Formats: sequence, structure tokens, C-alpha cells
Amino acid sequence: MVVVTAREKTKQEAVSKNGASFHGKTLTGAQIFVRSLIDEGVDTIFGYPGGVVLSIYDELYKTPELKHILVRHEQGGAHAADGYARATGKPGVALVTSGPGATNAVTGIATAYMDSVPLVVFTGQVPTFLMGNDAFQEADTMGITQPITKHSFLVKNVEELPEIVHKAFHIAATGRPGPVVVDLPKDMLISHAPYYPAKNRDVEIRGYKPIVKGNPRQIKKAAEMIHAVKRPVIYSGGGAVIADAQAELTAFAHRANIPVTTTLQGLGAFPETDSLSLGMLGMHGTWYANMSIQEADLIIAIGARFDDRVTGRMADFAPKATIIHIDIDPTCIGKNVAADLPIVGDVKEVLNDLLPLMTPCDTGAWLKMIDKWKKEHPLRFKKSPDVIKPQEVVLALSELTKGEALIAVDVGQHQMWAAQYYKFTQPRSWLSSGGLGTMGYGFPAAMGAKLACPDRTVIAIVGDGGFQMTAMELATAVNYKIPVKIVIVNNGYLGMVRQWQQLFFGHRYSHVEMAGSSPDFVKFAESFGAVAYRATTHREMHSAFEKMMTENELPVVVDVRVNKEENCYPMVPAGAALHEMVEEDQ
Amino acid sequence: MRHTINLLLENKMGSLSRIAGLFLSRGYNIDSISVGDAAEPGLSRMTIVTHGDDRIIEQITKQLNKVVDVLKVFDLTMEPFVHRELVLIKVQATAGKRSEIMQIVDVFRAKIIDISPQTVTIEATGTEDKVNAIINMLRPFGLKAVSRTGRVALKREFQGET
Repeated sequence: MVVVTAREKTKQEAVSKNGASFHGKTLTGAQIFVRSLIDEGVDTIFGYPGGVVLSIYDELYKTPELKHILVRHEQGGAHAADGYARATGKPGVALVTSGPGATNAVTGIATAYMDSVPLVVFTGQVPTFLMGNDAFQEADTMGITQPITKHSFLVKNVEELPEIVHKAFHIAATGRPGPVVVDLPKDMLISHAPYYPAKNRDVEIRGYKPIVKGNPRQIKKAAEMIHAVKRPVIYSGGGAVIADAQAELTAFAHRANIPVTTTLQGLGAFPETDSLSLGMLGMHGTWYANMSIQEADLIIAIGARFDDRVTGRMADFAPKATIIHIDIDPTCIGKNVAADLPIVGDVKEVLNDLLPLMTPCDTGAWLKMIDKWKKEHPLRFKKSPDVIKPQEVVLALSELTKGEALIAVDVGQHQMWAAQYYKFTQPRSWLSSGGLGTMGYGFPAAMGAKLACPDRTVIAIVGDGGFQMTAMELATAVNYKIPVKIVIVNNGYLGMVRQWQQLFFGHRYSHVEMAGSSPDFVKFAESFGAVAYRATTHREMHSAFEKMMTENELPVVVDVRVNKEENCYPMVPAGAALHEMVEEDQ
Repeated sequence: MRHTINLLLENKMGSLSRIAGLFLSRGYNIDSISVGDAAEPGLSRMTIVTHGDDRIIEQITKQLNKVVDVLKVFDLTMEPFVHRELVLIKVQATAGKRSEIMQIVDVFRAKIIDISPQTVTIEATGTEDKVNAIINMLRPFGLKAVSRTGRVALKREFQGET
């Protein structure tokens, strides 16, 4: 459901007033571009200026109602727009110049593509009459981004600009969301055309009609299948978060009495405090979630795609189960695992239609067995009075924020510990590059999320490796007073790679040590004007976290020195089946 | 198994490269691809011949359907359809060989569309088998160049009760 806040409403009224005054007037392409963004309800854009987009920046100078966040690198800008989008469901917007501006944004676009994040990226381009001539700062942006975008547009006629902008937002946000690139040649931005807003026109794209409603016969069949089994499991993915289907999923699980495991991207779609929650499954999933999949006689996949990190060895994935697969994207169904019953549609709609057909299933014995597994094989690690365990960092944050904070992460061990130990209670609270696995994602994404949700606590849990990939954005966070919290789980290593080298490459730690050459993170953060603390003991950690929570203006960096060679368990080794997971150091 | 897939798509900037790119990035095979204006202005019709097992073909048709510029995707393989390929063959033909070549051209109901002191250029239309056959028959004379369109295809219309 779209909730229109009072602030948005006044803004929309102001916009429509503004829009009316420009209607039919002859404007430059740059002016049309800025007007079109305002028409789409855009309030924040993340960008970096450059030669071919100067005319847009001149308009932004005159348009204070459109907030532009100047980032330090286009990758950070794209990730921040991505964080804004994941936190709200609204498309995030990034604006970059041609050539290196566009190529720097590529990692951010690919990240959004893999995780189905609605993003509209506007890239400057050399003038149309120079395209293909190897002009200064020219890159084939359409070509480079084509495999990592849902769609892309090259503007070749300034009169089409409002419609292209409108279509870009429509395509990015509907169906299975994804990034859309709009390439803006410089001459299009300085030529003139009468401005006719496209916002309220119906979007007519003949080849683009996402299926929203599930087939009623298939849904009826699904209900019959669910009622006929004894050991069903709901396997819920990022699609349930994207569809804002937490209420429907929770109601469905409770009505039918079926346990729920979520994927990494699905965290938050089902409250982990719920007795039916199994936590996360997959390579670093809980023992009981993975065993439930292996023992299940029916798997109900909801907005999930049977990724290789989830299934382990495919041939032995869920050997006893039939599979119902609900997804809005038909290509997801049957791609990795054959579905016995496919249902194409929006997860929220399908669950709403399925709910009235459900009665409680006979799962008493199954749930009892799972409870036994939960008691015998809980998530666990060995505590030590002398050293902070990384899991304790996440547990402390989870308790301090009651599971209600918005958590952004990078990629690696800390990401898995955050996924395992933070008790998520709300959807759209977990920002993680699950598909592409982009280091350096967490902190800029947290900035974008904090700008979108100023009233929520936003914490970036990062590793000492990943943080250094985009740490320059501290300048952005200080400049715009974006009070995100950055907790560095600092083990001095590229921890996940080190863990694999320890377990599978005979302890040969090849090029993974960061400790000797990393900056003093406290001095580093302070040099930007951020607040910073270091914690080497449990007491220092708790005290730093408490102080961190009281800072409401500036970004805070907490450098937590944790056990250097802690490993992340349970772990399904590459090529193993889910039930072959390892629970602790052998 | 070989499949013939027919697409109707908007003739937009980048739509052809998007489809070719899809086959490349997902590792699907293209045996032939042919594209031109469709009946409706602004639309193109494309015929793709590809091969793969059922799962791959299902993914190909679904992925093609997902491309925003694509309006319709038909896998013609399982229903009656007509298909042709056109080839231009430039073959060495000195005066002494011309009549022999013309006999072959007649048998295949092909046409000579260009002639020079050293060569003739032949236009032939038919199924891939026929095109392969005429190329093979002409090969001994010395092929200078061969240009094939790849398969173009349309669904066969319902013929009424039989």
C-alpha cells in the first residue's frame, strides 16, 4: 500500500501547481528533465556532475525543491539510490556524467539488477553528432549496461523526454523491479521543446504487461496440495519483501500452521521472533532450516529463485519434496529447480487469494520435530571473556535496537553473522547485496536509506575490508549531516576468504590480511568530521554502542576489534548438500 | 532439439542487440537469426533458430518475453509452420562451365541474377536442405562467396475441417 505522508502531499500539490505553470511552455531539455523528475514525485537524487550534464546541474542550482546529494564516487551514488529504494519501495534516482561517470555507476547498477531494486540511473552522453567518434568521456553506456538493466533508453528527440522519464520510472518500479538507464546526449539537454508532462498519461508499452493476478485454478490446486501433506515448509525470498507481503505471509503461515524459512534477501518478510520462524536457510543458514528443507514433503517457494547459495548441491536439494513456486517473474520458475506447480503473479495478490482457501494443516508432529532440532542445533558460538566475538556485535545491536533498526551490510562473514543473529521484525529493514555480492555496498546504501527514512535508526554493519572500498562517502555523510551508524566488524582480514583458505586451502592465507595496512579507523573518521569510537573489550563495545545511539546529527563510526580468526557456521561447503553442513571447527 | 522461434518486437534503438545479448550472456545458441519490418509499421519480425533441451528452450522463450521491446514470442516448432531461406551464391564460371551451372540452377528452380566473365551469382530460395544441396552442387565449380539469410518463418494458417 502506498502511504502518502502529509509532507509528500503538500509537495505533490506544490508540484502540480508548478507543473501547471510550465505546461506547454518551451523549455530546454535540461529544464524538461528536472520538471519531469519533480512530476514523478522524486525528492532526492544522488549524483556527480561532469561536462555533458552541466546544463542539468545549472537547473538543479535553480531548483532547491529537488534535493541533490553530491557523493564522492558514482558507485556510492548508485548504492545510495539503491538503499533509498530498498528502504521505501520507491525508485531511487542517480545522475552521473558520461564515460567514467557511467562506468563508475556500473557496479551499483549490476547490484540493483541482481536484487531486483527499482533504480533509475540518468547518464550523460556526448552529443548525438559525436556519438561513435571516440569523443572525450564517451562510453557506450547503452551497450555496457544492457545486460544489467531491466530496460534502457537513449534520448534522440527532446520532445520524447517526458515520456521516456515516465516510462523509465514505470518500468523500474512495476512487475519484478529493476534498474533502468536513461542515456542523455548533451545536445538533447540544450535543445528546446514545448513541455507536456507525461506523469498523468497512461503508460502504453505494448511489450510490457507484468502478470499480477495468479491463475485461480493453480491457486486452488496449491491449496489442495498443501492440505494433503504432513511436512510443508514455506521458503520465502526477496520477492515477499518487494511485494510488501509481510502481513499476508504471516497470516498464511499461521492459518495453515506451516514453518517459514527466509532467504538472505527475504529477511524481515516474516518476523524472526515468531515461533514458526526457522531463520535463514542456505550456505550459512540455520541447521534446522536446512534440515527442514531436506526432510520436507512440500516446499512453497514464495518470491524466491532457488539460488545456488540456497540449494547447495542441486541434485540432493529437498529430495522428498514437491514444489509450489510463486513468483512474478516467469523466468524464475523452472530456471534452477523444476516446479510441480508454478503460479505466476504478485506474491501479495497470490497469498491474498490463497488465504481464504486455507485451513490449519496437520503439521503438529512436524513442528514438534523442528522444535527438537531447534533445541539440539541452535545457532551457537563459543564466548570468551578476553575477546569480542563478531556474533556478539550483532547480538548487542539487535538487543539495543529491539530488532527494529534498518541494517545495511557489505559482503562476507559479517554479512552472514548479521543475517543470522539480528532478529528482524520488520520488512524493508535489511539492505544487502545478496545477488552480486558487492563489497562497499553497505555504508552508501545506509546513507540512502537514512535520507529516505529519517526517523529510523540506520546501522551499516561492515567489514574492515569492504568499508575501505567506499569509505570516502564519509565526506558525503558529514556534509549533509546524515546520521548513519557504521559498525566495523574489524578482524583485520578479508574474513570470508580467509575462512575458505583455512578450510579448503590448507591454512595458506594468501593476500587476505588487512590489519597492518588499514588506516586507524577512528582517526580516519574523525578527519572527515565524523564521530568515532574504538572498542576492544565488551565493556567498551556496549558503551560505544550506547553513545552511538544518542548521536542524531553526524555519522558515527565504531571500530570493533573482534576475534581475528572466527569462522562462520553452520556452513554448507561448496558442492555439498544442505544436510552435509558443518556446525563448528573440525 | 532445433526450435524455430518467431518474435514480434518494436523496432527501437537497441532492441536487436538486447536480444542477441540475451543469447550471449545466458549462453544460449543461435543457429540463425533474421529480422526485418513486420506488417505493422514500427514493428519488426524476427525468426530465431536455436537448439537446446526443453528446459533451455522454455527459459529462452520466457527470457525473450521479458524483453520490454518484445510484443509476442511464438515457438513454432510444435505446430505447422512454413519456412524458407534465401541464399546468394557467387560461383566461378568461365564460359565453358556456364551451361553446366545453368542446368543445376534449373533443377533447383533458382535464378541467375548477375553474370561476369569469370563468375555468375545465383539466387535460390527454399528450405535449409535445399539451400545446402545447391551449395554442395556448386562447390566443385569454386565458390567465391555465399550469403544466406537464415530461416524466416510464419505459422501455417488453419485449413478448415479435413
